[in-house]
Amino acid sequence: MTAISQNTSATGDAPTIHALGVDGVLISFGSELTEPANRAALAFHAALSGADLPGLKEAATSLTSVYLRLDLSACDLETLRPALATLLQSRDWYDAPLPATRRLWRVPALFGTELAPQLEEAAALAGLPPQDAIAELCAAPLRVQTIGFAPGQPYLGQLPENWNLPRQTDLTPRVPEGALAVAIRQMVLFSVSTPTGWRHVGQTALRLFQPDRPDPFLLRPGDEVLFQPVSRAEFETIRRDAPNGGAVSERAG
Amino acid sequence: MAAIQVQRAGPGVTLQDMGRNGYLAQGLSRGGAMDRLALIEGAALLGQDPTLAGIEIAGSYLSLRADNPVRIALTGAPMRARCDGAALAWQASHLLPAGATLDLAGSPGGYSYLSFGGGLECEKLLGARSAHLAAGIGRMLAAGDSLPLGADPGQRVGQAITPQARFDGGVLRIVATPQTRLFPEPDRQRFTETRFRKDTRGNRMGQRLILDGPGFGLKTGLTILSEAIAPGDIQITGDGMPFVLLAECQTTGGYPRIATVLPSDLPRLVQAPAGADLRFRFIPLQEAIALERAETARRADLRADLRPLIRDPHDMADLLAYQLISGVTRGDDLERTEG
Repeated sequence: MTAISQNTSATGDAPTIHALGVDGVLISFGSELTEPANRAALAFHAALSGADLPGLKEAATSLTSVYLRLDLSACDLETLRPALATLLQSRDWYDAPLPATRRLWRVPALFGTELAPQLEEAAALAGLPPQDAIAELCAAPLRVQTIGFAPGQPYLGQLPENWNLPRQTDLTPRVPEGALAVAIRQMVLFSVSTPTGWRHVGQTALRLFQPDRPDPFLLRPGDEVLFQPVSRAEFETIRRDAPNGGAVSERAG
Repeated sequence: MAAIQVQRAGPGVTLQDMGRNGYLAQGLSRGGAMDRLALIEGAALLGQDPTLAGIEIAGSYLSLRADNPVRIALTGAPMRARCDGAALAWQASHLLPAGATLDLAGSPGGYSYLSFGGGLECEKLLGARSAHLAAGIGRMLAAGDSLPLGADPGQRVGQAITPQARFDGGVLRIVATPQTRLFPEPDRQRFTETRFRKDTRGNRMGQRLILDGPGFGLKTGLTILSEAIAPGDIQITGDGMPFVLLAECQTTGGYPRIATVLPSDLPRLVQAPAGADLRFRFIPLQEAIALERAETARRADLRADLRPLIRDPHDMADLLAYQLISGVTRGDDLERTEG
């Protein structure tokens, strides 16, 4: 591990470089999810495309880190380390601006009912009546902190502290595509039908990954999502008729 | 355009190639063949590009017919292969005559591969032809599917290649992860001394392992922030059992990872039969990198290892068929050459 002494964040985090597998590198900006560490990961990932790093096959962000996959025929961690260290020291990544092309999405969502059966349970855990819980979840835009786990699947945050709910010990066997679930001050929108330990509080008509489309992924890291509560009748109309599940976007920031 | 007609396909029969590059940032893992070496051996037998798409058969069966004569190669977990009833050697290339039916059955488990001269030219999606079932890309093949073939400039058949040993379990080489040191030293030591077996729960996303004795769960209520994960990573899940991530794994995960299997040793894991012993051995990162580079070079030069299929005329039921269909044999050449 290499700790870069310069450019620590306000919380004292400093970026580290680790090997991840034989052909991977993990650059971590913090072991806990903070706003500066998430910004740093997004900004460093964006900067990689302009950097001259021969042998870099691809890079991806997670919440507070950036993963690099290397072509071992052209490089390895040791040959790349000086260039990575230089890039890490070239600016204060924790203070970097959000991606310039980010968008604000307004997304209709049905909260509760049998289509999202864990709203009341999650609201109780957050110490709120269901209607207040919906209002709080829809009060402000949530950032796409990362896309991952499954194709096009966003992790959205960060919710107020009372939403720091643990995951369920038992998995829900299956939530449908477009399900909106909550845990640990984050929401996830599911791009495929999947089992999950997160509580299913809302349902959208979004299709986050459509592989046969020219632009198959709806959301990008850095985008913001503002949920707009709709009635069951409105939701059924949107699901039947509206393109993109009724979601509309505009330039954010 | 020449095509292959699928007549019968069991579950787990998919189109595969080397997977997709460049979509990790969008949450889509590479996918591709579970035993990439088998596709590379198939390409060497046919003298062509290893990135061409073939068919992966995951412990299942397949029957198909060619409209026109087509060269094929059979690699990976050995199956019983018949061309209009005549046995074909595994780990070899053959000519499938126009209208002939190829039957592949009797899978021992593991992953078997059927490659075609010119490759399958189904439409690419996001840069590859692989089905990625976990992501909802493509699907399993089914009776009635017609698969277009690419143009085949090659002619040579009747070649054989000895497969790299990987069908009996054995030692998987691993490197440390940033989380390896979270596991107490006695557990790390025990991890490398334990004989693991494959659990019945395994698929293209990952393989659970089981062992006699206690698992390797961390005692503390450790919470690890989800970060990038990759094929070969060995997660220790809630029950203390190792779960090795494979081709269609998710792209991020929060379980602690005790180690990562070398990419070149993953075929040994995916091809290990039920009940076979699997063990792990830590090696330093720089040694692992050197081994990977050496294996990549060896794979690029596999054509040098080809040899003509050995046939014994006394064993041949139909000499005429032999002359028309190059490479038709008793069907037990593999057993004999390995014996």
